[in-house]
Amino acid sequence: MSEPNTHIEGASAVDLAHDREAITSLIEDLLDQAEQCGFGSSAVFAIRLAIEEAITNAFEHGHEGLDRSLTVRVEHKITPELFEIAVQDQGPGFKPEDLPDPTLLENLSKPSGRGVMLMKAYMSEVEFNPAGNRVRMRYRNPDR
Amino acid sequence: MSESRLRVSDNDGVTLIEFVDRNILDEANIQAINEEITGEIEKSAKPRLLISFSNVDHLSSAALGALITINNKIKEKAGELHLANIDPQIYEVFMITRLNKLFNIHDTTEEARSAFAS
Repeated sequence: MSEPNTHIEGASAVDLAHDREAITSLIEDLLDQAEQCGFGSSAVFAIRLAIEEAITNAFEHGHEGLDRSLTVRVEHKITPELFEIAVQDQGPGFKPEDLPDPTLLENLSKPSGRGVMLMKAYMSEVEFNPAGNRVRMRYRNPDR
Repeated sequence: MSESRLRVSDNDGVTLIEFVDRNILDEANIQAINEEITGEIEKSAKPRLLISFSNVDHLSSAALGALITINNKIKEKAGELHLANIDPQIYEVFMITRLNKLFNIHDTTEEARSAFAS
């Protein structure tokens, strides 16, 4: 809880361009690795959803109004017990605690604001850095 | 701009929309789908849309956002939107976000068709 969210020890890192093919290729590669490590289909569904949301948030919101050529850093470390990933953008960050609850009746018809809640719902742990431009997520393999 | 990401058919005053893609995740694709369905809504004074997810394995919060925008546009025209054939894993996403309370969701397109006001 108190450990700094700065890097994942022993992780591989990729600087990802805002390019759909590159994003899909990276995600498919990470999910292949997760499957090879023994993560089941519901785990892979959850991890895919959370990574998609984190990367979309980084490019669409984190880099909103900034140069579209800016990359997003994705770190990952996958073991049979734990899928760990961090996504960091180069924007000014945001305060996740300021996000309105999208499940409240008055917010149900609003088209945005569900990405972070889905990440939290599907991953075992989701933690933002103090600046709010980096999110680290963990999924513990329930079959281990 | 690019080829359609949807299959659209009309039957008994109901427009059935199905997705070509199994994954509805990326912003550009979602934007294109949103515009195409909006075009269908604009064609009718009182749109009656049935969206089938029979082919869909994954969707993102941006796709949910597009569905909400579509629902709002249909409501503005006093039309009806029904959803059907949603995979159990995707239905869980609707439940987590409580959007199962916002949308009319049916197990099959047949059930959804019979739910439209006559």
